[in-house]
Amino acid sequence: MSNVHLRKLSITLGGKPIIRELDLNVEPGEFLVLLGPSGCGKSTLLHSIAGLIDASAGSIEIDGQDMTLADPSERGIGMVFQSYALYPTMTVKDNMSFGLKMAGTPKAEIARRVGRAAEMLQLDALLSRKPAQLSGGQRQRVAIGRALVREAGVFLFDEPLSNLDAKLRAELRRELKLLHARLGSTMIYVTHDQVEAMTLATRIVVMEKGAVQQIGTPADVYERPANRFVAGFLGAPAMNFIDGEIDLHQRFSARGLALALRQPVPAGAATLGVRPEHVRIEADGPLAGAVTLVEPMGNHQVLWLDCGGQVLSAIVHGPDVYTAGQALRFGIDAARVSLFDAASGGRL
Amino acid sequence: MMAQTTLATPAVQAPAVARPRRRRFTPARIGIYVFLFGAALFFLLPLYVMAVTSLKGMDEIRAGSILALPGAWTVEPWRQAWSEVCTGASCEGIRGGFWNSVRITLPSTILPILIGAVNGYALSFWRPRGANILFGVLLGGAFIPVQVMIYPLVRLLAGAGIFGSLPAIVLVHLVFGMPVMTLLFRNYYASLPQELFHAARIDGGGFWRIFLHVVLPLSTPIIVVAAIMQVTGVWNDYILGLVFAGRDNLPMTVQLNNVINTTTGTRLYNVNMAATILTALVPLALYFFSGRWFVRGIAAGAVKG
Repeated sequence: MSNVHLRKLSITLGGKPIIRELDLNVEPGEFLVLLGPSGCGKSTLLHSIAGLIDASAGSIEIDGQDMTLADPSERGIGMVFQSYALYPTMTVKDNMSFGLKMAGTPKAEIARRVGRAAEMLQLDALLSRKPAQLSGGQRQRVAIGRALVREAGVFLFDEPLSNLDAKLRAELRRELKLLHARLGSTMIYVTHDQVEAMTLATRIVVMEKGAVQQIGTPADVYERPANRFVAGFLGAPAMNFIDGEIDLHQRFSARGLALALRQPVPAGAATLGVRPEHVRIEADGPLAGAVTLVEPMGNHQVLWLDCGGQVLSAIVHGPDVYTAGQALRFGIDAARVSLFDAASGGRL
Repeated sequence: MMAQTTLATPAVQAPAVARPRRRRFTPARIGIYVFLFGAALFFLLPLYVMAVTSLKGMDEIRAGSILALPGAWTVEPWRQAWSEVCTGASCEGIRGGFWNSVRITLPSTILPILIGAVNGYALSFWRPRGANILFGVLLGGAFIPVQVMIYPLVRLLAGAGIFGSLPAIVLVHLVFGMPVMTLLFRNYYASLPQELFHAARIDGGGFWRIFLHVVLPLSTPIIVVAAIMQVTGVWNDYILGLVFAGRDNLPMTVQLNNVINTTTGTRLYNVNMAATILTALVPLALYFFSGRWFVRGIAAGAVKG
């Protein structure tokens, strides 16, 4: 269990600044997820923590020691890659013990650690196979095992589940969460998948364009997004955004829609953010709209509403049947909306 | 149109409709076969003539008909070519040249492959500062004609005191083989996933350990390709061997030239043919037995993994 501190970290690749003066503290035992769209610099940041990409300025501290210039093998990290990156010519056992052999670990200790990791990841039966003889899920298990045997203070995951199919992804996701609960190690996990981020993280770091947009618990980031980018990135279907005005009486009004706000906010142009699950279909609701599309999801339905030119999505549970073209009334849960500054996009 | 029809038709219907069998012999196909057979004949004819001539006695050769099969088969010309024919002053056949060529080719294949592999590995994974410039300079070397460098190299090796020796010719082959060997390995390694190298870095391998344990075991296909290129190149070389190898190490190609240009009395066409085939045998056999690997290696290098 180690902590990781990044101070004013900047990374430049090929003359292009990727990360600019980034500060980040990862507490011991934390499962920190770096979440963002592709090209936001999250993978670059992880590789820089691993020592595979040099930082151009700032410092990286792992377990209280300055590791900015240390070799990847000296940083006390284990890493799992998206493409598994198993050594194709070695057996599963050799793959897992390679690092320990390089470090000159005694044979008995190597056998103990490999045995433990294999048992934890149900790899016992596969130890003498080559990577080519394994399925995708098994390969990624081996890759996780290879990181585990290092018994490192920090484990780094670079989109480890992206190459797997949906079912396997959900399965391995659960395994990873159990593994974290069992080991209690510090984990830093990069993904662009919000479901992985929400389910695994103790804290999520939302990144865009090389900068941190928000750091918080999954609930925090989802319920109280710091800006429009975070609000739009998390949640499916995405949060509804409605541009309008806030008047002096704490009333938000836009074309086809008006809402009395609960929180004190300054008057002026603003964007209202409403999660689809906070749009309630009620017979006596204050707002009116027409259904344009129904998406049945099994355990819920997504309704797309046209409300005087505004397009809103709503999640409804229950057996009611809706059809396109149907007019209905609805309300918005004013206590749970988010408001963003129209110009900066920051939360009001 | 085809794709649309296929998509619209449910799979269940497919067996019911008998698909028209593809016609085997369309005019285009026949044309292709005629062309291919013609091309094969064109390339095989000289070899055929050489083979039958080398198995005839001189009387039969003088009688004319170059394409005819031998009336009386004989391997005597082959025996003479191997152990009796005169290569300049001495008359011990071209076997001496054969062993000289083996002695030159072995180190001139192994050393350039090893160094080329290390070069390619360093350039594609470690990417030292100025790697691209370094690589450009090395490639530039491949475009300078050999003739330009012969005299400077002679002076250089003479200065070092090894001119006209086995180490000299091996060193020259090493230098001239380096650009292509490096290019070959660099491009092959560039097709390996970078993450593999990263994983090995984290596992604590240094420059040589990653090379030996992770990269080299993956290099078999490209090593085979490099070996084929280098063996054929070195074996077929004439000018470098003539200039740098020295009198005692003249390669088979130079000896062959001496055999054919030495005229004492009648020209022994059958012996000359046998000597030529013997000289060409090594590259020929190499292509024959490694064709599969050769194609695989080229494909492995060309397709990004």
